[in-house]
Amino acid sequence: MTAAITLHGITRTFPGPPPIEALRGIDLTVPRGRYLAIMGPSGAGKSTLMNVLGLLDRPTDGVYELDGVDVAGIGEAERSAVRGQRIGFVFQAFHLLPHRSALENVMLAQLYNRSPRSKRAMRSRRVLELVGLTHRLHALPATMSGGERQRVAIARAMVNEPSLLLCDEPTGNLDSATADAVLGVLAEVHTSGQTIVVITHDPQVAARAERTVVIRDGLLHASEHAEAP
Amino acid sequence: MRFRLCRARRFGSGAEPSHFALWDITSETLAGLTQRPGRSLLTMLGTVLGVGAFVAVLGLTSTASGQIGHRFTVLAATTVTVTLAEDESNVASSDHLQGFPADADARIERLNGVVSAGVWWPITNNAQPVISAAPGVWAGTSEDAGGSAGLYAASPGLLHSIDPTVRGVLFNAFHDARGEQVCVLGATLAKRLGITQIDTRPAVFVNDVAYTVVGIINDVKQVPDLLTGVTIPSRTAEHVYGPPPGNSPAKMLIRTNLGAAPLIAKQAPIALRPEQPHDFVAIPPPDPHELRDNVEVDLTGLFLVLAGICLIIGMVGIANTTFVAVLERTAEIGLRRALGARARHIAAQFLAESTVLGLIGGLVGTAIAVATVLIVALTKNWTAVLNPATVIPAPLIGAGVGLLAGLYPSVRAARIEPQEALRR
Repeated sequence: MTAAITLHGITRTFPGPPPIEALRGIDLTVPRGRYLAIMGPSGAGKSTLMNVLGLLDRPTDGVYELDGVDVAGIGEAERSAVRGQRIGFVFQAFHLLPHRSALENVMLAQLYNRSPRSKRAMRSRRVLELVGLTHRLHALPATMSGGERQRVAIARAMVNEPSLLLCDEPTGNLDSATADAVLGVLAEVHTSGQTIVVITHDPQVAARAERTVVIRDGLLHASEHAEAP
Repeated sequence: MRFRLCRARRFGSGAEPSHFALWDITSETLAGLTQRPGRSLLTMLGTVLGVGAFVAVLGLTSTASGQIGHRFTVLAATTVTVTLAEDESNVASSDHLQGFPADADARIERLNGVVSAGVWWPITNNAQPVISAAPGVWAGTSEDAGGSAGLYAASPGLLHSIDPTVRGVLFNAFHDARGEQVCVLGATLAKRLGITQIDTRPAVFVNDVAYTVVGIINDVKQVPDLLTGVTIPSRTAEHVYGPPPGNSPAKMLIRTNLGAAPLIAKQAPIALRPEQPHDFVAIPPPDPHELRDNVEVDLTGLFLVLAGICLIIGMVGIANTTFVAVLERTAEIGLRRALGARARHIAAQFLAESTVLGLIGGLVGTAIAVATVLIVALTKNWTAVLNPATVIPAPLIGAGVGLLAGLYPSVRAARIEPQEALRR
């Protein structure tokens, strides 16, 4: 069985004077179903790694295999398609559309990937149920708490059954109690077999993951914390 | 399994190409526009005005020129005026100054298509005439109406040609042939002289010569001068004052059947004096089509420029709003890209929004303009004339304006890098 993610010697250099090497040879394997946290101080290359993993950015060099297929060098059209169908994003700022209900926000994730219109609402309802928001289907983001909004965002990321759930500081805008609840939802999602990569600077968030790696100066290091077997 | 006519090809990675179905574009566009209905309405305003002005201008000019043509047909198209030719042979030597023949009315009325015809001229021989209701009035006194009233000579046929509404009767060929001292009074003058009834056979004194009033004309279709004056038969006038003077020559007015005017205009000089038809100039009514075209070109040219300016303003408005929307919705653009949208899908969405904005503006503008034309036509009792060739494509002009306006903002939207946009 292939790994969900395999990175081999990924580098990312931002040109121009002076060139900045944000990633300097990242090697990483994330088996399917793994819950991984990537930690690091700001400026260490977390965001760059997140963009590369999310196919929002193209590595300068190296191999990135998603589900065993190299996606490091694919064109714009294919990257958009893979992004939409294989990767679910959860952002620190939630990025919900303010004028759409929770259900419509989740349905937005199915807009570009040829899901039949008739089935979108049904699927979206199912994932919203999964994150415990059955009672808030038609609520607008402005009327929801931060925790609820982030759960809508998780539902949106999950609705296409992605190979990778990529979370960028998912609790950065939440108080600790709400953050705990959201991390609980992530843990629950993980138990269903979902591969999750969380990028954070918060050790408490990282502690919920099975394994933590630390990025420092563009290079990955095994965590100094005890690692789950 | 769902059957698809066209199975999408897959990439090497196994992902299906991203897709933005037409139906989805439509619903996303409407959702985008209804998010801020107030702003959408204001943005539309320029297009509403531009397209509305365009349709209204074309509709009003075609309606108005339709009216011009209509009026023209009724009155002017049946009128031919004949004057004496003003060349040296006529003016220089009085020997050649032959006016209209004595039987001018009869000569013209013989022509097929003529309803009536007659000559008239103002009598101005000896300064102003003294016109009064009693004899022995001095010129310039308050009883003299000659200062404001005129004395006219007219053949019986002329009185028919001007189509008057008359109390009493008009003088006829008998009065004319015998040089009877009768007259027709204009209503204005009759009031001034205190003559209200004609069954008492009142008389009017012109230069102390009595003329029996046979009728009072209240209104005329043409030659309104007669309403303020005394009109006496042309033979009587010639008898008393001599032939029409050179400085106010006689004119002939011919009323024809509809459509006969151009032909009568050609025939009249020959019928009046076959040996010297060039003594006369017959003026036919102007060609109605030409007249209408002139009006349309004059008016529409100017107003269409204004409509064009409105459209440009509308375009700038839509471009500006769409551009602001792109900046405001940068995070949304980033999110959509993360959810699988390609750059072209983003561009398509903003382009569709601006185009629909323009289209709705065009529809509203067209509707308002059509209503305006109808209301104007109704209040003026006109027939509204709207050319479907301008009304039906008008909303598409709005859509075109919106499309053009959205080009630059949507290209900018497509160029937004998702990783930058999502960092906000």
